[in-house]
Amino acid sequence: MTESEVQRPKKALAPVKWIRSNLFSSWYNTLLTVVIGYLVLTSIAPLMNWLFLEATFTGAEPSDCAGEGACWLFINQRLNFFIYGFYPDDLQWRVDAMFILLAVAFVPQFIEGFPARKWLGIFGLTGLPVIGFFMIPGGLFGLEPVESSKWGGLMLTLILAYIGIIASLPIGTLLALGRRSEMPVIRGLSVVFIEVWRAVPLITVLFMASVMLPLFLPEGMSFEKLARALIGITLWQSAYMAEVIRGGLQAIPRGQYEAASALGLGYWKKMGLVILPQALTMVIPGIVNTFISLFKDTTLVLIIGLFDILGTVQSTVTDPAWQNVAVEGYVFVAFCFWVFCFGISRYSQNLERKLDTGHKT
Amino acid sequence: MKNTKSIAVGAVMLCSVFTASVASAATTLESVKEKGHLQCGVTTGLPGFSQPDDKGNWTGIDVDTCRAVAAAVFGDPKAVQFTPLTAKERFTALQSGEIDMLSRNTTWTLTRDASLGLNFAGVNYYDGQGFLVKKDLGVDEASQLSGATICIQAGTTTELNLADYFRAKGMDFKPLVFDTSEQTVQGFASGRCDVLTSDRSQLAALRSKLAEPDSAKILPETISKEPLGPVVRQGDDQWFNIVKWVLSVQINAEELGVSSSNVDDMLKSDNPNIQRLLGTDGDMGAKLGLPDDFGYAIVKGVGNYGEMYNRNVGPDTPLGLDRGLNALWTEGGIMYAPPVR
Amino acid sequence: MKNQNIDSRPAGPKPWYDPQVRSIFFQIVAISLVFWAGWTLVDNTLSNMESRGISTGFGFLGESAGFGIIMHLIPFDATMSYGRTFFVGLLNTLLVSAMGIVTATIIGFVVGVARLSTNWLVAKLALTYIEVIRNIPLLLQIFFWYFAVLRNLPSPRQTMDVGDWLFLNNRGLYMPEPFAQDGFGLVYGALTVAIIGTVALRRWSRKRQLETGEIFPVFKVGVGLIVGLPVIAYFLAGQPLQWEIPELQGFNFGGGFVIIPELAALWVALSLYTASFIAEIVRSGILSVSKGQTEASKALGLPANLTLRLVVIPQAMRVIIPPLTSQYLNLVKNSSLATAIGYPDLVAVFMGTTLNQTGQAVEVVAITMAVYLTISLLISLFMNIYNRAVAIKER
Repeated sequence: MTESEVQRPKKALAPVKWIRSNLFSSWYNTLLTVVIGYLVLTSIAPLMNWLFLEATFTGAEPSDCAGEGACWLFINQRLNFFIYGFYPDDLQWRVDAMFILLAVAFVPQFIEGFPARKWLGIFGLTGLPVIGFFMIPGGLFGLEPVESSKWGGLMLTLILAYIGIIASLPIGTLLALGRRSEMPVIRGLSVVFIEVWRAVPLITVLFMASVMLPLFLPEGMSFEKLARALIGITLWQSAYMAEVIRGGLQAIPRGQYEAASALGLGYWKKMGLVILPQALTMVIPGIVNTFISLFKDTTLVLIIGLFDILGTVQSTVTDPAWQNVAVEGYVFVAFCFWVFCFGISRYSQNLERKLDTGHKT
Repeated sequence: MKNTKSIAVGAVMLCSVFTASVASAATTLESVKEKGHLQCGVTTGLPGFSQPDDKGNWTGIDVDTCRAVAAAVFGDPKAVQFTPLTAKERFTALQSGEIDMLSRNTTWTLTRDASLGLNFAGVNYYDGQGFLVKKDLGVDEASQLSGATICIQAGTTTELNLADYFRAKGMDFKPLVFDTSEQTVQGFASGRCDVLTSDRSQLAALRSKLAEPDSAKILPETISKEPLGPVVRQGDDQWFNIVKWVLSVQINAEELGVSSSNVDDMLKSDNPNIQRLLGTDGDMGAKLGLPDDFGYAIVKGVGNYGEMYNRNVGPDTPLGLDRGLNALWTEGGIMYAPPVR
Repeated sequence: MKNQNIDSRPAGPKPWYDPQVRSIFFQIVAISLVFWAGWTLVDNTLSNMESRGISTGFGFLGESAGFGIIMHLIPFDATMSYGRTFFVGLLNTLLVSAMGIVTATIIGFVVGVARLSTNWLVAKLALTYIEVIRNIPLLLQIFFWYFAVLRNLPSPRQTMDVGDWLFLNNRGLYMPEPFAQDGFGLVYGALTVAIIGTVALRRWSRKRQLETGEIFPVFKVGVGLIVGLPVIAYFLAGQPLQWEIPELQGFNFGGGFVIIPELAALWVALSLYTASFIAEIVRSGILSVSKGQTEASKALGLPANLTLRLVVIPQAMRVIIPPLTSQYLNLVKNSSLATAIGYPDLVAVFMGTTLNQTGQAVEVVAITMAVYLTISLLISLFMNIYNRAVAIKER
């Protein structure tokens, strides 16, 4: 074969060539491809049948779920509960408004060159929690109050993760600075704090917050259960946040520190104006990653009796009216988490790649 | 420093976000009145006792006990907010003042009464621990359960009763402890254990959650005494009395034939017992620090004990429990309340 | 020296502008704040516990527990003390963590390498596995493995068996349990000799290689020694092992060695979840070794397997080990989710039942946290030492 002969039918041959080099390049690759291909194909068909083809999506009552496939009708009918928990129907617009604002603030972060992207992000970290503080619990500006024991479902999951991150950012920053401080006492205390919280499982922290925190407080003073869980999550998360931010601080070349000192800037000015802006930008992917793991970890609050999205699903899958919908329920929760986490992790990977190339030059 | 500093920062921050209730040295009754509602600790979901529907409306016999107290204090059975608690948290929540009373199918035992700083204000349900088994195991009585794997829910007296029972009989068993009743049922349904043990009132409810309720049966033995009732903090006798007498009023009302449907007619009754009960005569309420018509408000708003029982756990509910021990003493049960006089 | 400098200046800065004075001042403030806060906390707790009539102290550890535990590596029954429940729980935690670490590492390395496979299907399958597993909460995965898989196992009476000595049903996987008879000490002795011999052999071959360049197959000989010697000793001593075969007794299988479904579900979930993170760590570790390194070693005439063993892996490990250790740490901490499915680990037994029965939350939670702290500190310490040893020194 001369070279021109190979070149001419390239378009037709490319897939074949691709298949040969990527699937059947050697005898063991061929074997692998055949075995794995067989396994994948035989498991996909029943899965698709169960998920879509034979599944029930609409209907009026549990008995409509007669088919062999999944009973998505169950999810469909209880969706309101899974999203809002016990939040009163006629007040759910407040939660919806927060969902929309959250989307407005953070979705543009995924879109390259969106106008005012940065400001929307800053709003999401500062203004939004304030608005949420008025909107969700109510009680001010004529909004009807809704006590926190009625919050639940996806809404509660998001609140826990979101507040956990927002509150742990400043604490984590202080701890990271403390750990790199030149004062031995401050450094020692920061190290102890960070290492202690990072060492214990979240579940023990939540237990401590829910069972022991009331004992630590002065007589007669108490927090609601949700607030206690949030205190626990925030303290725990700020230790992780501190380590992420410390990574950023360490990555700033020493010259930057020296230059800032040479300009005669004091410690806080040096950190606030020169070091932290660079370090924090650099660790955004890390912060996003801790957010993802916190988001997944919030499911543990069901163990202390809060109704997050997994909790709401778990409490309804045993409803005798619906027979055996446990798998559907778990698949639904898994799907919700997967969509969020996968989307966000893609974003952080992109960002990482971008920041990476910026630094290697 | 960071440790405590951030605790302080976190606390201050969250103080502003959430209502951190700092009660002054006031009595429980005063602080409840000041808040405008009763804060009552219940389960996270237990059919017949305290169970939320998907709108967060609570029902159950324990819930009704809370509502009766709210009716007595405010004349409004709706002036109550519920705090769902796990078994582990319940006592701390009461001790710390987060809730004003605990009504969470809690067993009255000496240890809890004496060493936890709590007082049991009475019994709103007499229960006992029993066994639920799969029919196809061919077991008819508990003495045949040697070597069985048994599903239990954590954080209850059940675990101790079970170990005691098997030890006394010289049998062995494998305990499988789950955190919530949902998981316990799932464990039993999946065949992981042969037996599910819990309070008898719960076994009926849990059985109804099985895909085929007829495949399981409840064994005749009752291996323990489980008097369940509302709990308050030690050291506030007035509040303790209020909760105790709200329950007594409900039982007395049933005994006297006063129910929510006839209570308005009963106001004209000549029976001095009914007059004292409904507050048309005497100042029974004032002695407790309540309005004199608190008995009327309870019966009107929640009903007498029998109504409360039948509505939540009685024969016509999914639980379908006969009165049994919980019938009035005049009808063969042991529900007996001291007189209102 | 610095001090002298400052002192010698006639009209130095005001003391509160002196960085050292400030630093000392801040540190004193910090320490006193900590003491004040700590004291307040302790004081609050003590006065709260006293006013609420909660008993304190560690005396409860000696009291009889009165409840049973389904799985215990050390003998346990309801008459034993609360202190004993602590050790039962701790050992169960350590067991599932150790099992999880081993399998997660193996799966993680395999998937990580598969991710870089030239076979498109294998690489994509590995990618799918990673992206699906690591984006779903672990708790949900534990529920799935426990409740969804358990439902499909047969009951003890319809048990599946392999050759009448391995039994699988919804009560667990039953295996024969060996019991050492007289003379088994010989086998232990042989194993010890083999290990010492292998270490000595390795030293000798290293030395010889440095001197003469000859290579001795230490690995193969070592494996032969460690496996072979005890086997020979076993037969020489007259097979001093007795196997207890599990059999159906009433409701359950009795005898033998059993892996209960709770342990299996937790083990599988922890391994698969952690492996998805380890796979990514391994992949980036291998990718971090620059191509020049491989090319250079080839140019030196090293064969492919030696290139991998002597050039790529040592450098990749420098990148892999620190995050790998923190994944191990996560696994140990995540094993506490056992409490959700009834595996009797430290949190479920000690911070669950024991806490409930005694009501002594402060003591029990403090002990539990101290245990996790100790485990983590040991791992962190190791990690930091290693990190310092392998880090590229900046000059």
